[in-house]
Amino acid sequence: MKSKFTGSGLLSSLAVTLKHFFQTYIEDIRWGSKRYRTPEGISHRASSKAQGIFTVQYPEEKLPVPEEFRFLPILLYDEDKNGRRFVRCTACGICAQVCPPQCIWIERDVNPRTGRPVANPKNFYIDVDICMNCGLCAEYCPFDSIKMDHNYEIASYDRRKDHIYDLKKLLRPVSYYAEIRPKNYQLEEAVRIKKKEKEQESAKH
Amino acid sequence: MNTQPFGVMDVVNKRNGVDLVALFPDQVKADERQGYSGFIIEPKNLVEVFRILRDDYGYDYLSSVTGVDYYPDDKMEVVYHLYRSSGGSGLILRTQVSRDNPVVPSLTPLYPGANFQEREAWDLLGIRFSGHPDLRRILLWEGFAGHPLRKDWKEPYFEQETKPFRSRFPQGKVYRSEDKNTFGDNVQYPPGFDPKDWQLEESSDEAIYRILRESQQKLSSELKTETVIVNMGPQHPSTHGVFRMAVLLDGETVLDLKPVFGYLHRNHEKIGERNTYLQNMPYTDRLDYITSMSNNFGYALAVEKLLGIQPTERAEYIRVMMAELTRMSSHFIAIGFLLNDLGAFFTPSLYGLEERELILDIFEAVSGSRMMCNYFRFGGVARDLPEGVLEKVRDLVNDRLPRKVDDIDRYLTNNEIVRARCEGVGVLRPEQAIALSTTGPLLRSTGIPYDIRRAEPYGIYDRFEFDVMVGSHGDIYDRYLVRLGELRESIRILKQVIRDIPQGPVQEKVLPYGVRVPPGEAYSRIESPKGELGFYVVSNGTSSPWRYHVRSSAFVNLTSLETMARGYKVADLIAIFGSIDITLGEVDR
Repeated sequence: MKSKFTGSGLLSSLAVTLKHFFQTYIEDIRWGSKRYRTPEGISHRASSKAQGIFTVQYPEEKLPVPEEFRFLPILLYDEDKNGRRFVRCTACGICAQVCPPQCIWIERDVNPRTGRPVANPKNFYIDVDICMNCGLCAEYCPFDSIKMDHNYEIASYDRRKDHIYDLKKLLRPVSYYAEIRPKNYQLEEAVRIKKKEKEQESAKH
Repeated sequence: MNTQPFGVMDVVNKRNGVDLVALFPDQVKADERQGYSGFIIEPKNLVEVFRILRDDYGYDYLSSVTGVDYYPDDKMEVVYHLYRSSGGSGLILRTQVSRDNPVVPSLTPLYPGANFQEREAWDLLGIRFSGHPDLRRILLWEGFAGHPLRKDWKEPYFEQETKPFRSRFPQGKVYRSEDKNTFGDNVQYPPGFDPKDWQLEESSDEAIYRILRESQQKLSSELKTETVIVNMGPQHPSTHGVFRMAVLLDGETVLDLKPVFGYLHRNHEKIGERNTYLQNMPYTDRLDYITSMSNNFGYALAVEKLLGIQPTERAEYIRVMMAELTRMSSHFIAIGFLLNDLGAFFTPSLYGLEERELILDIFEAVSGSRMMCNYFRFGGVARDLPEGVLEKVRDLVNDRLPRKVDDIDRYLTNNEIVRARCEGVGVLRPEQAIALSTTGPLLRSTGIPYDIRRAEPYGIYDRFEFDVMVGSHGDIYDRYLVRLGELRESIRILKQVIRDIPQGPVQEKVLPYGVRVPPGEAYSRIESPKGELGFYVVSNGTSSPWRYHVRSSAFVNLTSLETMARGYKVADLIAIFGSIDITLGEVDR
């Protein structure tokens, strides 16, 4: 391609940047106060319809994360009406074995009388400095116990004190999981109920 | 040499490419180990066989050179993957030497592109290449003791040969490696070594300066001018990471240069050999962190070859979709940051990043992460596309991206400054490009239509209609044009993917996390946005790879930097370097 005259290429370049510059203000005028700090404004600016500058003013504005978003594992527990907690984890160790950087440490509980192992974690540690957020633990957990969180704002002051998460720090109610991943939760719950029914049926026979 | 009078077609028509045993009955043996293919050559015959293959049979493109340690057997193997630049399947050639004194003749006189790869094999495996012009360590520092990819070498904090570690379960008493004393039991010194009175014979800096001075003497003309050696980087905004060039300058003209890298080295391959096959998947994301989906693709293909499984139909389409979106996001960055290197600070690169952002949104919705996707699994992909993603892709591909590619075209292609800076700069001739084993847009800009998606199709690329973008001058401007053209071709492929994608499962069955892989070897190569990305995996039947090698496109493409930069100005050097489009995560591994 040959340009028409010297400088015409530069002019058409400038036209592109100028268009981009003005589009920002045209959008501002068109959307008025709704363009910033409203959910619809943010979702518009994150869509393919966005024009002009579409940066998001973090932390005043936050992009909603998609359901599959994964950031650090959490452990789930069920709660009954009396507020009793049932940790789903059975200390089977699959997550610790599948973990690529080997950041999961599980201490299995032992029955103090018989000395036999119990399907319950005594301690459960995740070194979050080492965790690479790959999500394989959640993918391979057979008990729907370890899941990936959505909370990415986890800065803290003391790396040595705060960055090895223990059971207390990892546990979340199932309702929290249902909130952040509604679709996955429904699918898994359907499977769990079916499994339970099957177990009850086979127990009857 | 007494070769029998075979017609070329007689020996070429076999499925394995050339039947070398018929061609060189005395020098070459077929490899008959289970799961292996290719041919074994004695080291002394190596150069001769390669010369005939290159000159008479057109095997002019040496893709990969790597070594395998077969400890405890006294055997080291150097494996070569050889192809024709006209396309088609390749040859696997290997030569075996003893572990104690592994010396193999260097192929650099025939294939200059073997330079860095042979240095890497020396660095990491301790295989000496006789006749190599510059056999120094390349990724590790010159005082490093031992060769880490040897199977009897153990890293500090060594815990176990392979993961999972027994300390994690059922008695997981958490500790941090950093709390263990580095200089205690975990440091090994070679016998007779005392760190106090240790001195280097020649530091790497001294070696580089000596080599540059030597090349100056070779170049010197009648007119004596004073030259100067300038170090660009490692901390420099134009080096796209931590990368250093020692440049020999005459005034502002580059006479010679030596790239220095390895600052980001973490021995990805050793980590890979400690991992199980599945555990490697998220690590491949971190190779070239701009194109993690492509890296996943290459690795999944290699292990699938060993496992003998095929991905499901829908998964194949999803894979191509992700790979092409990755190509687009990578090329947007490459074009944008090339302009950064030319001095147009951040306006073009941020225009590119805007579009990349929308592509990353799709990756995030699909895989859960924007950059470290970890999305591919052996036999498919991790999960199906969530609701609404296909519509989003359709929206982007049919409306926004073509528009924005046209915008970039209008913005840059005819811009007088861009043309003045890029046309005729950093020229690589086609025969040089092949000899230097360059791939990707760098090779195609010289006029050679070599695209692995066409030359040796993988996945389902043979079903799509698209053109291979080719340049004609081999300069920076043509590299830019090739990338711009590939953006349009990717859109074309994506449109076909969206049209044809079938319903169905994305994984036949979920493989166990510690899946045992049948013994053998596999080499998979894909056309990543930066060039040929190859994964060479050797299995010994356990759940961890015995050898895991990454043939990194950016690493090999860098071999051509010296050739391209000689004779141009310092300011051009930055643009030439930017036009290769490297990511140091993949160069240093």
